[in-house]
Amino acid sequence: MSILINKNTRLLVQGITGNDGLFHTTQMVAYGTNVVAGVTPGKGGEWVLDGKVPVFDSVKLAVDATGANATVIFVPARFAPDAMFEAADAGIPLIVCITEGVPVQDMMRVRNYLDHKKVRLVGPNCPGLLTPGESKVGIIPGNIAIPGNIGVVSRSGTLTYEVLYALMLEGMGASTCVGIGGDPINGTNFIDCLDMFEHDPHTEKVVLIGEIGGTDEDKAAEFIATKMTKPVVSFIAGQTAPPGKRMGHAGAIIEGSAGTAADKIKALQAAGVKVAKHPEEIPSLLK
Amino acid sequence: MKLHEYQSKTIFAKYGIPIPKGRVAATADEAKQIAEELGGRAVIKAQVLVGGRGKAGGVKVAKNSDEAAEYADQILSMTIKGLRVRKVLVDEAAAIAHEIYFSITNDRAARKPVMIASAAGGVDIEEVAATTPEKIIKVHIDPLLGLRDYQARDIAASIDLPRELWRDFSKIATSLWNVYRENDAELAEINPLVVTKDNKLVALDGKMLIDDNSLFRHPDLAEIRDIDEEAPAETDARRHGLSFIKLDGSIGCMVNGAGLAMTSMDIVKLFGGEPANFLDIGGGAKADKVAAAMRIILSDPNVKAILFNIFGGITRCDEVAKGILAAMDEVKPKVPMVVRLVGTNAEEGRKLLENANMITAETLADAAKKAVAAAK
Repeated sequence: MSILINKNTRLLVQGITGNDGLFHTTQMVAYGTNVVAGVTPGKGGEWVLDGKVPVFDSVKLAVDATGANATVIFVPARFAPDAMFEAADAGIPLIVCITEGVPVQDMMRVRNYLDHKKVRLVGPNCPGLLTPGESKVGIIPGNIAIPGNIGVVSRSGTLTYEVLYALMLEGMGASTCVGIGGDPINGTNFIDCLDMFEHDPHTEKVVLIGEIGGTDEDKAAEFIATKMTKPVVSFIAGQTAPPGKRMGHAGAIIEGSAGTAADKIKALQAAGVKVAKHPEEIPSLLK
Repeated sequence: MKLHEYQSKTIFAKYGIPIPKGRVAATADEAKQIAEELGGRAVIKAQVLVGGRGKAGGVKVAKNSDEAAEYADQILSMTIKGLRVRKVLVDEAAAIAHEIYFSITNDRAARKPVMIASAAGGVDIEEVAATTPEKIIKVHIDPLLGLRDYQARDIAASIDLPRELWRDFSKIATSLWNVYRENDAELAEINPLVVTKDNKLVALDGKMLIDDNSLFRHPDLAEIRDIDEEAPAETDARRHGLSFIKLDGSIGCMVNGAGLAMTSMDIVKLFGGEPANFLDIGGGAKADKVAAAMRIILSDPNVKAILFNIFGGITRCDEVAKGILAAMDEVKPKVPMVVRLVGTNAEEGRKLLENANMITAETLADAAKKAVAAAK
């Protein structure tokens, strides 16, 4: 069992003919993900992966022809907002955007538009999702995780791999791993995932990987304290990061002094979360 | 990317926000000439990309052009918070009746732009926000609709602006929204926006922060970046698309992904070392980028060891290995190097580095310990 993706996921890949898109489509298919179509405007009618996956000119055409129910976006940052709008307008309920470097104001427009559409976005600037043994949507290497009962949610990319790998070395597996991305404005957040893990019968424990900046970990701590029955273990990156060189007063007015690793760790510990000193300590805290 | 006050105010003026007459000067003679054009009395303001310059003595009011030259000379020889002052802005001195704080920034928690205003503007605005938050007005703007006229009027009314100034204030609010929106600003701030003694609104100071990710569609802004204000290694890193921050330790770190890069620094410190830098080579880095990253790390004489921690996802470990080899060939590093490759194409990467005389590590903790030992 899992959240968000499983063996019934019918995946579309936006930007399938690009370097990264093609490389990771190959990896996803090799993992067993049901990739039903790709989109690259201007390349409709072509096939990739030795004739296994058809390419369409638009998301709408691809959905009509294949019944795709999730999409993963690999297009460059300047085209990614349009790709997200297009997927939402085509009615795809789950959009996973891997692309990094999307301008913040674009993301504010995308997020506010998607909220009206009741579409779930994961990312951008994220590694995607992995339900070990069933489906992989994005770029998380498949061979670093095994199926299990630990839900993993993370703001980071490669740090998430580090944690999955550490779990696997100890024989521990994941129900689903969700990389929600590190951008200031993104789609799915910690609380969304904690809530889904809380309600997933096959997830028994949760690992939450946060980092400095913003207040999402503090909100997660509050959610854990009030709404969660399953144990949560956490790691927060950036304990030695120098304070940001900020300018102007607006940031301080909006966020106050929140956002340091120490503050987040304190909030999580107060909510009963065990916080690891480094990622490889996580498995022992889960035992 | 930060803009100087004079750059921000030039943009403000382009959008119709009233600013004081004045120009930027790099020498005392230029400052004197500008002061003369302004009628003698002028404000001399250091142009550095840090806050607190007023309290550091970087802002002075000159009564005449000779004094303007004298103050400009003083300020141009100052270093404020480690940054040398290279330019001063010479502005006409305003007769200030009242100071307002006014800005737009991103509210990440609300996922919307927020317009912030206060009748208690000036240098102590953060103090005001902390002690009397009710004096700070915040209005969220729908990013799909933009600023509505009524929102601007509401702000004018709630900061107790006299009614006869509401129309002018609304125009400034609309302009500031356009400045923010059209330049992909993360911050557009006027502090203070003053009411002058003859009852006019003027933006006396300006700050702008531009979203680096948006610079592809703002070549004009990318052009005016002041690279004198950056450490040369940071400029070099940015040109190669690397995210780099120099620190004071002895262990150079090259990592893919910001979260893992921070974690690698944390764990180096946890095992008794000090990181020399934060360096994220980003996702999908190719060999040339890795080579550039290695040159940048080695340009720091404090570096006694390098830790490479690569967990391949979109980044392929064999590409990173190729970059390391290319850079070693070119730079001939003398410091010990600890390398850990895991994930996409890790096996291929490790094979490439087999004969490169590097210390290898399996786990992150192992890599950090070995790097700390190697730096001693």
